[in-house]
Amino acid sequence: MKPLFRTCPKSGLVLHRDAENLIKANAVAAVVFLAVGGLLGLLVALTRWPSVHLLDAQRFYQVLTGHGVVTLLVWVIFFEIAVLYFCSAVLLRCRIAMPRVAWTAFVLMLVGAAITAVAIIQGGSSVMMTSYVPMPASPLFYLGLILFAVGALIGCFIFLGTLVIARDERTYEGSIPLVTFGALSACIIAIFTIASGAIILIPTFLWSVGYIGSVDPLMYRVIWWAMGHSSQQINVAAHVSVWYAIAAIVFGAKPLSEKVSRGAFLLYILFINLASAHHLLVDPGVGSEWKIFNTSYAMYLAVLASLVHGLTVPGSIEVAQRKKGLNGGLFEWLRKAPWGNPVFSGMFLSLVGFGFIGGISGVVMGVEQINFLVHNTIYVPGHFHGTVAIGTTLAFMALSFWLVPILFRRELIWPGLAKWQPWLFGIGTALQAFFMMGAGTLGVSRRHWDIAFTDALFDWAYSGLAYTMMALNGMSALMAVTGGLLFVLIMVGTIFFGRPSGVPAEYSAQRPATLLPPAPETGGHAGIGMGWLVAPGTFVLAMFLLVIFVVYYVINYAYLASLWKIS
Amino acid sequence: MSAIHPPAEKLWWKQPVDGVELTWIIIALTWCLIMFFAMPLWHVFGEQNYSGEAYNVLPEQHIARVEQMVQAHTVRHETDLQIPVVRPPAGSDVYLLARLWQWYPILELQKGQTYRLHLSSADWQHGFSLQPLNVNVQVLPGYDMVLTVTPTESGQFGLVCNEYCGIMHHTMLSRLYVVD
Amino acid sequence: MNQNDGGKAGAGQANDEPVPAMQRVLDNPFLLLFLGITVPAVFYIIWGVMEIANIPIGR
Ligand code: HEM
Ligand SMILES: [Cu+2]
Ligand SMILES: [Cu+2]
Repeated sequence: MKPLFRTCPKSGLVLHRDAENLIKANAVAAVVFLAVGGLLGLLVALTRWPSVHLLDAQRFYQVLTGHGVVTLLVWVIFFEIAVLYFCSAVLLRCRIAMPRVAWTAFVLMLVGAAITAVAIIQGGSSVMMTSYVPMPASPLFYLGLILFAVGALIGCFIFLGTLVIARDERTYEGSIPLVTFGALSACIIAIFTIASGAIILIPTFLWSVGYIGSVDPLMYRVIWWAMGHSSQQINVAAHVSVWYAIAAIVFGAKPLSEKVSRGAFLLYILFINLASAHHLLVDPGVGSEWKIFNTSYAMYLAVLASLVHGLTVPGSIEVAQRKKGLNGGLFEWLRKAPWGNPVFSGMFLSLVGFGFIGGISGVVMGVEQINFLVHNTIYVPGHFHGTVAIGTTLAFMALSFWLVPILFRRELIWPGLAKWQPWLFGIGTALQAFFMMGAGTLGVSRRHWDIAFTDALFDWAYSGLAYTMMALNGMSALMAVTGGLLFVLIMVGTIFFGRPSGVPAEYSAQRPATLLPPAPETGGHAGIGMGWLVAPGTFVLAMFLLVIFVVYYVINYAYLASLWKIS
Repeated sequence: MSAIHPPAEKLWWKQPVDGVELTWIIIALTWCLIMFFAMPLWHVFGEQNYSGEAYNVLPEQHIARVEQMVQAHTVRHETDLQIPVVRPPAGSDVYLLARLWQWYPILELQKGQTYRLHLSSADWQHGFSLQPLNVNVQVLPGYDMVLTVTPTESGQFGLVCNEYCGIMHHTMLSRLYVVD
Repeated sequence: MNQNDGGKAGAGQANDEPVPAMQRVLDNPFLLLFLGITVPAVFYIIWGVMEIANIPIGR
């Protein structure tokens, strides 16, 4: 059968039918799991709100395990598979490689997620998503994760296969687009992630069924985190690619220079996965040289890459806006940006939140010695809601507002409410991150049912401020969940009840026109910006971030210096 | 729309880098290198470091060492469960056991004295979280983690378990005394 | 499209100019895949496992 394509007249995208259906299926599965994961998150946050304390201890740990697994693994990875297919087949105007196999991968992921969910619901697997040995979970828990990972791995190879087909069939001219390149970096990071997961989860599964005597806890932690943390790096590479895509879609922005942006993705490919060491900074045994080299991504080269993307994404938007005439002052381009368009506002809040909240806190707590102050406190979830909930999830939401109507040929329902969605979710989550980081600074533990220590032999009272922060976290969670729920409702509503957008579903077997590079710029960036800076506003924002970063870093070391001597 | 199109210049690697980007890369790289070298420098000049000293140890070995210390240096008992409070000699090896769902025993250290604190678990993973200092380290079964500590202030400290260790995790709380 | 054959893209550049080495590296997904697996496998996993294997037995 010949591959069938349709062209979307509004966006100009060329969609291969199989790819389109696969993207739809993966994205829909993702959104369904996000809905589940978000509600579990609400239950967690309400339990950790001391005066509400919703669930009992057993239920709490079960729900928290579910929240971690469902959001961090299932929602994010399903959506990432959709992004990979989009960035390969759709952006390259190519047929997707081996659609049948891709469907098998989808089913494997679904079945795997379901098996792990059943294990958690049965109650014998409240071990947290990290499932640290020797605390046992039911064998089904690990088995489901393994199947899910195999499915995701196949998805990665479908992506690579599609790149090969596109090159062989010459569906595009020149190098692959930057966004596809970013997706490639995500795919490579994902392959390392999943391979590490296999190395550790398969023996753990065999241990849980009694085939292996024991799994070493430290070995487990080293290799599990090669999966657990690297999967966060898939998210980073994927959502940075989404930022670039949205900058291109909304503003027609062009990367300031291909070389720098691609070079930054190369640094991700090479070094970002080393950072799994963040989780072992206060573990026995692994030496300081290993810790320092790995936690710093080899001299912070992957941090450098993120700082670069943090400049070039808004910088390219600034240049595009200035070229359109919004060339006044430092920030006219930003003030007159389409803040009411959730595609843009979601992306921009994701960028700012990721940089200022998730990024700074992550690097600071990843300093070998400063980690003493942070390890296993609720500061850690505070940090990663800044990265994975604001950075990744919000970026994916923003992309969905644009992509779902195209895929389903329907108009977005409730455009008025959609405007508010990124603000509700973004600000709610940012506040949550902030309050959790605050409570963690005051010593409050993560994964802890009762900070009042009822029934303990001794007593310990955290400061009143810590209690207040946990309560404010609960309130912020209500706001974030409202935003999340709104997203889910708008997506589901659009798919089922959105007004047909009138785009015909005409597929043709004709080969789409080759994807050509745009004509090179004439005249460069003359006449915009200030002095030699083409993007002065962005530069000022970047320097602002750096100042906060440095101050916060120094404060942490200074506090550390006041503590007991440890050597 | 260029980030979703092939690069406009065929030989894009040869395109000059924009001035804003270059400036930022230099500034950012400088900061990255400062952060990198701060870590080894803190090992030399800072006073809060974990040296990495650790040994393989069986839970029963660690428990035996804890018992030996308890036998020799208990000064009193606390709570209805008669948990021993141990005041080990300054400079000695001090053993602390994490187990479901208890820290054992209670330690009483002297301000300004240095101890070799050995941490290990008898069963699952636990988290040593000393409050209100907020010093946190991981405690694993099978590994003896040695921290050389010198308390610099006296008082009563809370010892929380901050690694999830099962249903009664929230009751795993103890004390640590530092006397003048 | 193969980077070596002269496309119509990139007007203003001679078609037979060689593609810079770094661009070729970045245009080669499987080389990148190899690097992206090897670097963390060596520096993080193998080095880390060696550290664990070298932890001495307690006295
Ligand atoms: C929408 C609202 C959300 C709320 C209210 C929420 C709330 C929370 C809270 C309060 C915790 C800390 C629990 C504790 O350690 O005691 C937590 C943990 C966590 N959250 Fe969320 N969250 C939300 C969304 C997300 C999203 C979108 C993601 C990922 C994409 C995510 C991933 C996680 C993970 C991985 C953990 C750690 C679980 C563990 O410790 O095993 N959350 N969440
Ligand atoms: Cu414990
Ligand atoms: Cu615990």
